[in-house]
This record gives sequence, structure tokens and C-alpha cells, in this order.
Amino acid sequence: MTDYREMWSGLGLDLQTHDAVLEIVGKMYGEVYMSQKNRPKGMEYFDFVMSEIHGLRIKELMDAKAEGRKIIGTFCVFVPEELILAVNGISVGLCAGAELAFDAAEQFIPRNTCALIKSAFGFKLAKVCPYIESADLIVGENTCDGKKKAYESYKDLVGNLYVMDLPQVKSSEGKVLLKAEYQKFAKKLEELSGNKITKESLQKGIEIVNSKRKAIKRLSDLRTANPTPISGLDALLINQVYFYDDPIRFTNSVNALCDELELRIKTGVGVFSNKTPRILVSGCPMAVPNWKIPQIIETSNATIVGEEMCTGERGTRNFVANENLSTEEMINAIVDRYFNIDCAIFTPNNERYENIKQMAKQYKADGVIYYSLQFCQPYQNESISIEKMLEKEGIPVLNIDTDYSSEDIGQLKTRIEAFIERIKS
Amino acid sequence: MGSVPSTYLITNYMISAGIDIGSRTIKLVILSENIITFEQVVDNSFNTMEICNKLLDGKNYDKITSTGYGRHLFADYYECDVISEIKAFSLGIRSVFPNVRTILDIGGQDTKAISLDEQGKVKKFEMNDKCAAGTGRFLEIMAMALRYNLDQFSTAALSVNEKESISSMCTVFAESEVVSMIGKGYDRNKISRGIHFSIINRAINMLKKVNIEDDIAFVGGVANNIAIKVLLSEILGKKIYVPNNPQTIGAIGCAIYN
Repeated sequence: MTDYREMWSGLGLDLQTHDAVLEIVGKMYGEVYMSQKNRPKGMEYFDFVMSEIHGLRIKELMDAKAEGRKIIGTFCVFVPEELILAVNGISVGLCAGAELAFDAAEQFIPRNTCALIKSAFGFKLAKVCPYIESADLIVGENTCDGKKKAYESYKDLVGNLYVMDLPQVKSSEGKVLLKAEYQKFAKKLEELSGNKITKESLQKGIEIVNSKRKAIKRLSDLRTANPTPISGLDALLINQVYFYDDPIRFTNSVNALCDELELRIKTGVGVFSNKTPRILVSGCPMAVPNWKIPQIIETSNATIVGEEMCTGERGTRNFVANENLSTEEMINAIVDRYFNIDCAIFTPNNERYENIKQMAKQYKADGVIYYSLQFCQPYQNESISIEKMLEKEGIPVLNIDTDYSSEDIGQLKTRIEAFIERIKS
Repeated sequence: MGSVPSTYLITNYMISAGIDIGSRTIKLVILSENIITFEQVVDNSFNTMEICNKLLDGKNYDKITSTGYGRHLFADYYECDVISEIKAFSLGIRSVFPNVRTILDIGGQDTKAISLDEQGKVKKFEMNDKCAAGTGRFLEIMAMALRYNLDQFSTAALSVNEKESISSMCTVFAESEVVSMIGKGYDRNKISRGIHFSIINRAINMLKKVNIEDDIAFVGGVANNIAIKVLLSEILGKKIYVPNNPQTIGAIGCAIYN
């Protein structure tokens, strides 16, 4: 393996802690991913990406920086990658999924803050994230209260934070706000990169992101097959790598995998038997290396067929129209696409209820496991009415509140197993 | 014992064992032709498998199924089927009380509320997350803080009509709350009653979430506590059924499942 230590210390990482993190995550990956049976061969690419996620990918980012390209770190699916690509920038996701340095994080944010936000602080304070350290601009966004207040102190920690406002109501005024914010963001990107957003560059950016989303859509559609040709854990991993990898290479790799999955479906090859209960997972995002709930589900004789979350269909559904449009029209098309995101910060959030019902039907889910991060008010709130709605429709629901710790794995395993028994009976 | 599901009757020549490996105790039941031929509850320790091996030593059975938090560990050694406690309780309770549709289980580290449909299938269930508030462990620690054994503790709670309210549900905080009440010279029996009420309130919240369907079966180690049973029945105005041995219902369920 290449020695990246010089690059890491150049980025200011704490090598000792970083070594420990890599070791733990590597071990977890082996236990969770490499122990799976009947994996498609196309997953080897994603295994490789994961093994080099702090290595080769960071090297690529450093090389790109040396050529003058800018790295934009983001925490949310509301940040339009199309605009970043249009100034020849690179978008990387910064959300983290591990409990690290939470005690240090609690010097800045209250204890009753969700694990997703806490780990963004933890990874910064422990100096273990090469993505945070290599970013030329970190984009925060006013989604939930937890995040928007946290950014007030995150600003001082990172020094290059840009906060984007977001609407909370799907009104015409809300859309005007989103457009104004995207225009402001476009200007910020132009200033930072020294590149103008042109009709051609924006069209190209839209095309790249559309292709990426189309590849994911193709993958999702293949998961409607029974037996399912790919595990939910592997599909989640692809949705997570979506935020880190080079978009064109990622798209090609997903499409190559889909070719293989199509063959599998033709020949009736699946990961699990066709009697295995099919689960739709819904709720908060799962950032790397948060594989806790999917692993419990898929080692309890069930399989996940869809993710109704930011690291899943909430982040990737819908495309941006870009045929024969002017720059202004393309910006409008971007606003149209992102304004449809059914994030729980919106009130009311009716689209989400319809989307979950539609997904449960499309993926032939036998039940929904609703996953909330503790202290995530927006998603916890919606969990109650969504459970009622789905149960009324005859779709069993298990509501789970958890965090990144492993203390509750025993109880969660009991609850998930009992839920799967309930579906089967 | 009441009626036994037909699946068991068909195979009633099988000697069927069920083991429930809980956080505090391990329960073994052996059924032979519908009849419990062996039933035992032993304490768990740091070496669960050693205790299981000892418990099963010399026992004769055709098939065994495990449940409880140690179910997978056991199944790895004995290569047997595994069912969740929720399923085990629902199967076990219907063999004792065929009409019951609501189950409350308070064990060593978990509290569960289960509602069944008319056929006895699990309709909905609730279970505590990682915290042991309101479980058997909570009662043990509170009894210890009051220098009572578990029987005295329960009797004390029923010996008075008034209670001192315990506001904290957390085992750690509640213990210091109790210690400070003792320090202020509060009546020990009233504190005992208050502690029992705090467990009951938590159990009722969980039961309401799954809907209380008629009478309630109360199982798990805490069902041996008379005060909880009596007070729960008083508050809800429902009959509370406690099996002769409330700790072995999960193990019976496993034996029936075979």
C-alpha cells in the first residue's frame, strides 16, 4: 500500500488518532461487508474505493487542487453539485457516521445534539478527516435547528464556512428564497474558483450529475426484483460513496455493476432467497461508517430493498432538465429539482408521505423500519404520523430511535428480529 | 396448563426443550406430550455457556429452541433455532391463558409490551431502548438502597396507602433520589410504594402504545413482585394474570415452537 503519511501530516491530521480510526473502520468494514455472501463482482470497485477513501481519493483531490481546482465540502443534499461542477470544482460529502471525540464536541454544542452533527465536530476536533482539511470551502445550510445553531460555532473551528439559507415551506416565496440562495452560492463559487459559470459549463455539470442519478435510479429499479440481486448494505455503500467519488468514474462503475445485476436477475441469482422479507429503511441519513441498523437487519434473515433517506432516494431522485435551456433557465431547473426534496425540515411535508407509500409499493417492501437519530426532531416528529399512516395501509412499521453507539445493539437485534417474525407470520 | 396449539399436538411424541437466556437468569423447560416434565430457573453468570451446559447435562430431548439476550450465543454452540423473546412470550402465554391478547414482560434489563391479534399473532410490540430504567435491575438496586430484600420491598409497598413520588426514571439518578429521601427521614414504606409506582407508570405508557386489549398477562421476573401486580390491576381496572411461574413463559414458548 502506498504511504500517505506525508500527505496526511501535510493536511494537519493527527496521525496517531487517524491510524486508530482507519484501523477500526477497516476492521468494521471487514466484519460488515466482506463477511457477506453472494456479493456481485462489481462491488470490488466500491471495496477498493473504501480501502482508499483516505488514501488515493485524497491524493486525487490534492492533485486537483494543485491544478487550481477547488474542493467544496458539503453536509446536505440541498447543496447543488451541478453548480460546483460548473466552476470546475469538486464536491465532497463531509457527514460522518462514527462516535468520535463527542466529549470535545460537547464543548461547542449541547449534549442533546444528534450524532450526525456531533461527529462533524468530533472529526474536526480530533483532526482525522482529510476531506474537511482539504476543502477550500465548507458549505453549511439552514436545515434543522440543530445544524443551523451548530454552524455558528463550527464557523470558528474551520474558518472557511459558508452558510446557505433554506426555505422551510413549499410556497412560491420559499422557491424565490431557494433561487436567491443558489444564485448567491453560484457567485461565491465563481469568486472562489475564478471561473465563470457559462451555459456550456453548467450544461456539462447538470449532465454529469443527471447521469450519476440515473445510474442510481437504474440500480434502484433492479432492486425491485425478487430475489434481490444486491444486498441493502452494498446498495447503501454505493449511496454513501456517491458523496466522495469522482462522479464520472462512479457513474461508470454503478452502470457496470447494473449490467451484472441484470444478468443475475435473468438467471434468477440473488443475494438472499426469494422468501426473505423485504424491508424499506426510512428516516435520517446514514453516513460512513454507520452501517449499524442495515447490518442488524441483513443478519436477521431480512433484506433491505430501498433507502428513503438522504443517503438514498431523498438525495438522488429527480433529474434537472437541461435541454436547449439558457443559463437562467437551467438555474430555474436546478431550483425546481431541489425544491422537490422531501426533507423533514419542511412543514407540512406531504410529498414525503406519498413518496414513502410509493417506494414501499414499488420495491415490494413487506415492512418499513423507520430510523431516527436521537435528538433529530424533524424526523422523529414525522416518524409518529408516518407509522400511523403506513400501519393503516397494512404496512408494518418498526420505529427505532438510536445513535452511533453500540450499547443498544442487543435490544435493537431483539426488536428487529421480532419485527421480522411479525412480518413472516 | 391450558390448551396447546395444534402444531404441538400433531408432534406430541416429541420431547421438546426451550431455553430462555436472560440477563439475570436462565430458564429451561422440557415438554413431553403436552406436559411440563422439567422446569428450572438458575442465575446467569459471566460464563453463560457453562451454566447452559450444566443445565442441559443429562437431559433428554429431541429438539431445542433458544430465546433471550443470549439466544444467538447458545444457538452457535447447539446449532438450534432461535426466536425473539417477543415471539417466545406470545407462544408461551397462549398455552397458559388462551384468550389473553396483551402481555407485559418485565425482565432483568428489558421491559416489553406486546399486543396479539385474536389468533395470537404479534400485532404490535414496544420495548425499552438501551436504558434499564423501570426493569428488574432497577427494582433490585432500589431495594438494596432501602436495605430490603425483594419480598420485603414488595410487602412494604403494599403496607401503606401513601407514597413518596420518585421523579427520576434513570436508575442512577433514582438511586441518589432515594438515598436523599432516606437522609431526610422519609418513611421507608412510602418510598417503596413510590418506586413501585414509577415502574408501573412506565409500564402503562408502554402498554398504551400497543393498545391494551382486555386483560393483561404479566410475565418475567418482576411478575413475582405482588405489589406491582396488585397496583397495576388497581390503576388500570383490569385483571392481571400471572402464570404460576412467570419466569418460564419464554422457555415454554420456545418448547412449543419446536
